[in-house]
Amino acid sequence: MWRDTVLVAGKDLRIEVRSRVVMHQVVPVAVLVLVLFAFALGPDRAPMIQAAPGLFWVAVLFASVLAVQRSFALEAPDGARDGLRLSGLDPAGIFLGKTAAVTVQMVILEVVLTAGVVVLYGSHIRSYPSIIVAGLAGTAGLAAAGTLYGALAAGLRVRETLLPFLFLPIAAPVLLAGTRAWQAALGIGAGNTGSAGDPWIRLLLVFAAVYLALGVVIYGPLQEAS
Amino acid sequence: MSPTEPAVAPWSPATTWVVRSLGIAAAAALAATIWLGLWVTPPDEVQHNLVRLVYVHPPIAWVALYLAFGVAAVSSVLWLWPRTRSRFWDRLAASAVEVGVVFTALTLITGSIWGRPTWGLWWTWDARLTSTALLLVLLLGYLAVRRVPGDPDSRARRSAVVALVAAVDVPIVHFSVDWWHTLHQGATVLNANLSPTIHGSMAWTLLLGFVAFTLLFAWMLAIRYRVELLSEHLEDSELDVALHERWAEGTGSLPGEPGTALAHSGGPA
Amino acid sequence: MVPAVLLRTAVCVTGRFPALAGVDLAVAQGEVVVLEGPNGAGKTSVLRVCAGLLPLTGGEGTVLGCDLRRDVPALRGRVGMLGHAAALYDDLTVVENVRFAVRAAGADVARIDAALDRLELGGRVRRTPVGRLSAGQRRRVALALLVTRRPELWLLDEPHAGLDADARVVLGEIVSEVVAEGATVLLASHEPEESWPLADRVMSIVGGRVVEERAVASTRRPALPDQLRAVSGGAHVA
Repeated sequence: MWRDTVLVAGKDLRIEVRSRVVMHQVVPVAVLVLVLFAFALGPDRAPMIQAAPGLFWVAVLFASVLAVQRSFALEAPDGARDGLRLSGLDPAGIFLGKTAAVTVQMVILEVVLTAGVVVLYGSHIRSYPSIIVAGLAGTAGLAAAGTLYGALAAGLRVRETLLPFLFLPIAAPVLLAGTRAWQAALGIGAGNTGSAGDPWIRLLLVFAAVYLALGVVIYGPLQEAS
Repeated sequence: MSPTEPAVAPWSPATTWVVRSLGIAAAAALAATIWLGLWVTPPDEVQHNLVRLVYVHPPIAWVALYLAFGVAAVSSVLWLWPRTRSRFWDRLAASAVEVGVVFTALTLITGSIWGRPTWGLWWTWDARLTSTALLLVLLLGYLAVRRVPGDPDSRARRSAVVALVAAVDVPIVHFSVDWWHTLHQGATVLNANLSPTIHGSMAWTLLLGFVAFTLLFAWMLAIRYRVELLSEHLEDSELDVALHERWAEGTGSLPGEPGTALAHSGGPA
Repeated sequence: MVPAVLLRTAVCVTGRFPALAGVDLAVAQGEVVVLEGPNGAGKTSVLRVCAGLLPLTGGEGTVLGCDLRRDVPALRGRVGMLGHAAALYDDLTVVENVRFAVRAAGADVARIDAALDRLELGGRVRRTPVGRLSAGQRRRVALALLVTRRPELWLLDEPHAGLDADARVVLGEIVSEVVAEGATVLLASHEPEESWPLADRVMSIVGGRVVEERAVASTRRPALPDQLRAVSGGAHVA
């Protein structure tokens, strides 16, 4: 399973390096979302700084939908999905590989977005470790749940509208927890100290663990749906 | 043939009898609950007549969140598990979700009606209401996936996965929103527990309410299941027609294909 | 001997349309069987069912000992299919595509170069992203993929389509080779049976059913290269 994970993740990432779709299209869209929010909330910095954690995670959420859709669009060429099914790859490995590739891409996007938040909104990061752990855990959870639903919607004509409708409600806890964790790390909100983010980080880790485990177990049977 | 009798009886007369009695029992229990709830039991000191919603809202919530959703989730798991896989579970899950949507929506509506005079708000973001609202969206997602055209096996797979993911997600949402309130310093935690003190005749009526709505759910589930079964029969008979036409392809006239010797099988076997 | 492929009154419904309306098919291990029939008869569907890509709605089927109703995951990696589409990643080069598929199947990576050489996919072509190749070249890459993987069951859908005369010769050689190694080949074709001197049997499929089955007059022999060349060069009419 792990060998297949590395194989699939490598393949997905290599295609991304060649085609640069996520880098050139998804990241700009996410940054654009931040800019648009500034238009909506500004011009005073205060509301922007207050809302920054939430806006960051909303942008991440929407970008993750795009990233997952792209991940499955890789197999859209005629017969590629069949090829993957026939290939003999362990479905759990395919799931983890795709999730890993999406996570890597999303992490890069989040670094850019974090810089954007700091620059555009003027936020100050107080606790880097919290941000990093929260970001990784939240992203892994989003990628896992997204990949699971992405596989479900892949190949369907309605996939573009179905995936967000299915995925975004599931992602709500990540939005909630991620925002709270970020608030703690940025020192926003009444009486919030750095450690107040800890229970939220734990929630993000639980979410990620649960969906990774679920995906590993259920991806095989799910793939059999033609 | 009378219009109320189905042309194909999907299940045995014994089952029909059971379902019918279920319906009658549900109707009777509901009537009793309404009568007791609206006339016999006293109004609350604090909430006055509004308290009568307690005979309706918690039972409906129980049916929606635990009964309907629980049946849907467990059925989905049983379908996914190869050893217990059977189309029965798939039909049951789909029926439970559809009935569940109705009850979940009713939970939100009755909760909102109850909350408005009490808190002055149509909505609060407390753990229970939020999880229920999210559950409604997830159930609608299930129904959307069910509408996707495809063969029954694929459809069952997709739906089962959606149900399973939802079953995993709802507790997580509930906990996270709960923490949201308890950890948020300085906010007045609205006690969404509208429950007044229950005693005497109120307790019995509440119990009756639970029983009544559970019976109602069971009956609606059975009826919806029967619809599902009937629609499958319809699809099967349509398939028969399509198969006949397909066979005719083999025996009817075809654009001449040199070198392809056609055995005249004379129609469907 | 256990048949490699066994379908009994197989019914396969896609949407509302019964692609297969009761197919009875048996292919022994090591056989080469040709499925012929008009467009829309269900040849591709038979192949896809045997690959485990299309679920059976009715009837039974066993492929390589795996029950098609219950055991499809066990088939994965043992069956290779050359379909209408090349099933390749456009952004990756030829070598990268083949290497991915070979590693996925757990086959020997060292065989890649030999296979690519055989299909005349030379140095520069190998480093080209597949998206930039011609349709014929992509077909060759797909074929090279199968050659390297050496599955137990080969399912070929109109394999001659898109291949020029030389490539068809190579295909013939490949088929005879893998069959000698014990693989089973099931292929669908429009072309008359003369195109397939290696075939053991030909089955006609019309309207989703097998309407006729006949053994090929020439029994299978190791084909001589010029005999193949003479046949493939001329037989391209549907």
